[in-house]
Amino acid sequence: MDFSFSPEQDQLRAQARSFLEKRFPAARVAELATSDEGWDRASWPEIARLGWTGASISEAQGGAGLTFVEEAIVFEELGRALYPGPYFSTVALALPALGCAADLVARVAAGALTATLASHDAGRPSGSASENGATVQARRAGERYVLRGEKDLVPDAGCVDAFVVQARGPDGVGLYFAERRDGRPRISVLDTVDATRRLGRVTFEDDEARLLAAPPAAAEILARTRRRALAALALEAVGIASRAIALGVEHAKTRQQFGRPIGAYQAVSHKLADTYVETELARSLAYWAAWCIAEDEGEAELAASAAKAYAAEAAVAACERAIQVHGGMGFTWEHPLHRFYKRALWIESFDRSAAAHRAEVARMLFGD
Amino acid sequence: MDLRDGPDEAAFRASLRTWLDENVPAGLRGFRGWTGPALGLGREWSGRLAQAGYAGLTWPKEYGGAGRPWRYQAVYLEELARAEAPQHLGVIGLGMAGPTIIAHGRPDQKARYLAKILSADEIWCQGFSEPSSGSDLASVRTRVDVVGDGFVVNGQKVWSSYAHIADQCILLGRSAAAGEPHEGLTYLIVDMKSPGVEVRPLRQMTGEAEFNEIFFSDVAVPKENLLGEVGGGWRVAMTTLSHERGTFGFALAGALDVAVRKLVALARERAGSDPLVRDRVAREWIDLQALRYTNYRSLARLERTGAPGPEGSVAKLRWSEANQRLTKLAIEIIGQEAQVAEGDGAPGYWRYQQLRSRGNTIEAGTSEILRNIIAERVLGLPRSR
Repeated sequence: MDFSFSPEQDQLRAQARSFLEKRFPAARVAELATSDEGWDRASWPEIARLGWTGASISEAQGGAGLTFVEEAIVFEELGRALYPGPYFSTVALALPALGCAADLVARVAAGALTATLASHDAGRPSGSASENGATVQARRAGERYVLRGEKDLVPDAGCVDAFVVQARGPDGVGLYFAERRDGRPRISVLDTVDATRRLGRVTFEDDEARLLAAPPAAAEILARTRRRALAALALEAVGIASRAIALGVEHAKTRQQFGRPIGAYQAVSHKLADTYVETELARSLAYWAAWCIAEDEGEAELAASAAKAYAAEAAVAACERAIQVHGGMGFTWEHPLHRFYKRALWIESFDRSAAAHRAEVARMLFGD
Repeated sequence: MDLRDGPDEAAFRASLRTWLDENVPAGLRGFRGWTGPALGLGREWSGRLAQAGYAGLTWPKEYGGAGRPWRYQAVYLEELARAEAPQHLGVIGLGMAGPTIIAHGRPDQKARYLAKILSADEIWCQGFSEPSSGSDLASVRTRVDVVGDGFVVNGQKVWSSYAHIADQCILLGRSAAAGEPHEGLTYLIVDMKSPGVEVRPLRQMTGEAEFNEIFFSDVAVPKENLLGEVGGGWRVAMTTLSHERGTFGFALAGALDVAVRKLVALARERAGSDPLVRDRVAREWIDLQALRYTNYRSLARLERTGAPGPEGSVAKLRWSEANQRLTKLAIEIIGQEAQVAEGDGAPGYWRYQQLRSRGNTIEAGTSEILRNIIAERVLGLPRSR
């Protein structure tokens, strides 16, 4: 029984924090959020050299041979810095499916491939219970396949090299790999509230693809992907909440009103204390989920659901309280807080609402 | 990072589980509190725990403890909760008086008191709070006068759990009026059978009396009962209070675990298809996991640094509010039946637990004081006073 990080893991965190503070201070993130590309492409090889893209990839395939616990540390720190770039998309959403193809895994480890998961069917209301996989058709064409149809709400669609596509093939819903080439598939990046992780629409018009996983393996990979994504977002949310508290505390210590720092007033300090408590509880759930995923524990799915539900709400609340503590300044475009808030809202909206995740927990508890 | 028991912990857990199956007296199964007939079984049960080596798990071996790392105390508390068995009756002695005597006591004091704490031959109570000194502990007024070769105590203490059955009391009083409030304090061990000590039970809103007022009228206390120095009581009191937070969180999470299990059973039986109830029950379960894993993180830090951190305040704060929420949810689910105070069934159980929970955010540090501690000592915000 030891729920703590090893010295090596602590070192990874320290390295991540110092790299991100130097390369992605709030002003740089603000600049990228308003740029056309939305991220700094040059940061990817740097991240790969730090070993982050291949953290959980085996050493034989060019990775570091570590676990989801190490990736968890990176997710949390990237959230804390609000790093704009397709790390979540590549490592949490795409990597489990890319794992079916050794050449693709090696490219991810080397930093030579970014990817995302295109699963949401265009035209299907988000948050609905219906299954994906109806709108994009995969048709066999010799050794390969061609895809036709449209996917929507695809994270980082505008900045990745390739897509893992949930599409209907000859045997049912499978996972296909489609690389961007000569402007295909067609991508339109949507004007998203969180400009540091934009969503896009991807249109396939008989674009070439290769099969990664046919049913029933595809469903198992999607379930694993979902667990990783939920846990990764819970960790990101913890990073965001920590940063929001730090900003709120700093302001409460320095801002003077009625002759005292406003943090001396319990109406302010107790809100920050509650925020700290909720963030620590969210952190515990997120680390629990990360460990369960790394160890392939039976309760990984439940832990990921619980952590995502709790941490997303905690991050949103932390940002809202930090905005309130900042007064009018917190409501401005100029102050960085709104970007953290928008990412927290992005996380909350992903997959399903916190209430829907709690409904899953209830099904387990009530045994129905 | 490993959330599984190591081989030694697993063996300890397994043998404790078997031991509890065989040894918890029928009258203490499904334990709800040291009231009514349960109280009569308390000393014997506690003595049995001590004989089996489960009292003072983290105390040094030289003082009769097991000298185990903190994680064993955590496993012990988890298993007690799982079996719905009570802790040792002498929790004030084991968790507060004992560690304070180990830290500040002289060899003769250690020899006199420690073994009897473990065996439950002596039960302890705490004389800290007073009618006009609650959260502001340094303002206590109970007088400790140096008279001749010893001390004379005059004053009143309040909210003292176990005082009605206690043999000894750790008492914080004032020996000098001048200077900063915390400078004139003196820490004594008072024999509760001394002439001039009067205990009056306080009836709680539940109807039960778990705590008391203690009146001290010219109580003579021998000089060998001084802990620390005359005027140095504050430092000793801080040791007492920091130990209150060691693995306290595990006891709280254990109690909450029992409550959540009962809540799930109740909800399944009476409101299984109500989506609002299901959502609230799921919230409580998630909060419990959050508390449990926060405890494991605190435990890892405690084992590394040897000192409990301010995280103990987090556990107490969240547990108390969770317990209030979920007991309220339970009586909502039950409806008007929960108004009926008699009987041993679910309505009576939850009615009692819901009323009792109102004390949770007040006892052992109010939620307001805990938020101050977090704001000031963890976040580094300026003092509010």
